[in-house]
Amino acid sequence: MLNVKECEHTLEMCTDETSAIPCTGEVHPRPPQIAIRGLTKIYPMADGDVVALDSIDLSIDKGDIYGIIGMSGAGKSTLIRCLNRLDTPTAGQVLVDGQDVLTMPAPQLRAMRRRMAMIFQQFNLLSQKTVARNVRYPLEIAGVPRKQADEKVRQLLAVVGLSDKAKAYPGQLSGGQKQRVAIARALASDPTMLLCDEATSALDPMTTQSILELLQQINRELGITVVLITHEMAVIRQICNKVAILDGGQLAEQGSVDDVFLHTKSQAGRRLFGILPEETEPQPSAPALRIVFDGQAAGQPVISRVSRETGVDVNILSANIRPLNGKAYGQMLIARPEAEAERTVLMEQLRRYGLTVEEVLPNGL
Amino acid sequence: MAFDKLWPLLLQGAADTVYMTLWASLFSYALGLPLGVLLVVTRRGHILPAPTFNTVLGWAINFLRSIPFIILLAMLFPITRAVMGRAIGTRAIIFPLIVSAFPYIARMVEGSLDEIDHGVLEAAQSMGSTNWQIIRKVLLPEAVPSLINGAAISVTTILAYTAMASAAGGGGLGALAITKGYQQQNMEILYASSLALVLLVQLITVSGTRFTKWFDHRKK
Repeated sequence: MLNVKECEHTLEMCTDETSAIPCTGEVHPRPPQIAIRGLTKIYPMADGDVVALDSIDLSIDKGDIYGIIGMSGAGKSTLIRCLNRLDTPTAGQVLVDGQDVLTMPAPQLRAMRRRMAMIFQQFNLLSQKTVARNVRYPLEIAGVPRKQADEKVRQLLAVVGLSDKAKAYPGQLSGGQKQRVAIARALASDPTMLLCDEATSALDPMTTQSILELLQQINRELGITVVLITHEMAVIRQICNKVAILDGGQLAEQGSVDDVFLHTKSQAGRRLFGILPEETEPQPSAPALRIVFDGQAAGQPVISRVSRETGVDVNILSANIRPLNGKAYGQMLIARPEAEAERTVLMEQLRRYGLTVEEVLPNGL
Repeated sequence: MAFDKLWPLLLQGAADTVYMTLWASLFSYALGLPLGVLLVVTRRGHILPAPTFNTVLGWAINFLRSIPFIILLAMLFPITRAVMGRAIGTRAIIFPLIVSAFPYIARMVEGSLDEIDHGVLEAAQSMGSTNWQIIRKVLLPEAVPSLINGAAISVTTILAYTAMASAAGGGGLGALAITKGYQQQNMEILYASSLALVLLVQLITVSGTRFTKWFDHRKK
């Protein structure tokens, strides 16, 4: 096994897949598709500077659905707008496919923007053009021949389920339909990345759901990397594989959604997840068993099954279980069976289902 | 005055007025439209920020706009003669009309383009558009209803200015009302030509409103 120093030393070589030294764990096999390094944005104000972003470091890999979450004013909108240089940061680097976005000349920037499409909270469609003309816009500016462009528009409208609205104007569509047009338009330039700036925040829950499913489908079927910013935890939970939490312009924490959700470290994270301090460590008034669900098993059916299989009655004292990507996370407190034998058989059976079980004693005992 | 004598005068006057208004409007837009675009896009935070240029241009336009037309007309006599061949007459007056109207139209266009939501421009930028593509394919097309509405107002203003053509020996309904009507105390001509002017203005305003609605797809 390599020690830490050696591993750091060989890090550059690890990008080579044929490298003789096996590298596992946190090391990326390839450089990230989007690398944000020390990104800082300061707005000079009359009464002192406002730091919107404070040396942010993030790596977004190809195929990720990367969620950036934070309260309003956390700087997430500024962050995503720096990725395609709609906003210019004060300091730092944004590397897209290894190229520095902030120093590239205008023609190269335009070419990069075609690979990195964007959708917006307010949709930003051309109100005086039909749905089909809106979707055709990126093809028009790229000089794609008319016939070829029209065929592509037809396919894209089919992908987003709006083939019958080609001749409609945005003013005649619902919010969800408008965002679908915006997504079709974003896909027209065959991008490899899609930025979503609060793309579902102006939509009702049902519509949000369908748009998120569409984004997931795009990510899965077209392999497009999705970067989305949101203030809603539900959005992160439903489709993201990685998450970064922004708080007051600083990166509070980042990692895989499973990790950050299970082991929330930052105050900002706890606030966003809605975990109150007393909820994280429930204290029973009598001896109890704590069962931790970490995505290995489903929720309720396991408990009743274990109860049936062991013949031990289970008395649930409290439960705080959340679904995440179709799995159950959280913990449950059940009353500790009085008899030693019942206790042992119950704990063994629960562990057999992949659950972590521990005894908890009330304070002072 | 008999109707058969009044009628040809009115027709000739209307024809001259339309002639002056049309050409003056056309050339004023040829100058005012690009200037209006420049006034908007060179603002701080817009697609082609150039704050110093914007300030200078704005100042120059305000300067031209603040000179009353009747004075401009007199001031421009030498230049008008050089450009149009002669300083007076129906055709010659088109030149001072253009000089007077294009700064006004530039401001009018600026107001129309200002209404366009900045988010739409950002979306166009995020798709990799050049500035020229944004102006031609987003900024101007999105502003079409408002531009038409503004055009109706601008053309009406130019039409009102043509009434001062009599001061430079020009024709038109305005000159008819003043020279043959007011100065010769012929009330029939005065009122008839004024009424004709009112009808022309109504025609422009009503068709302006119609076209604005026709071209607006925002709420349909």
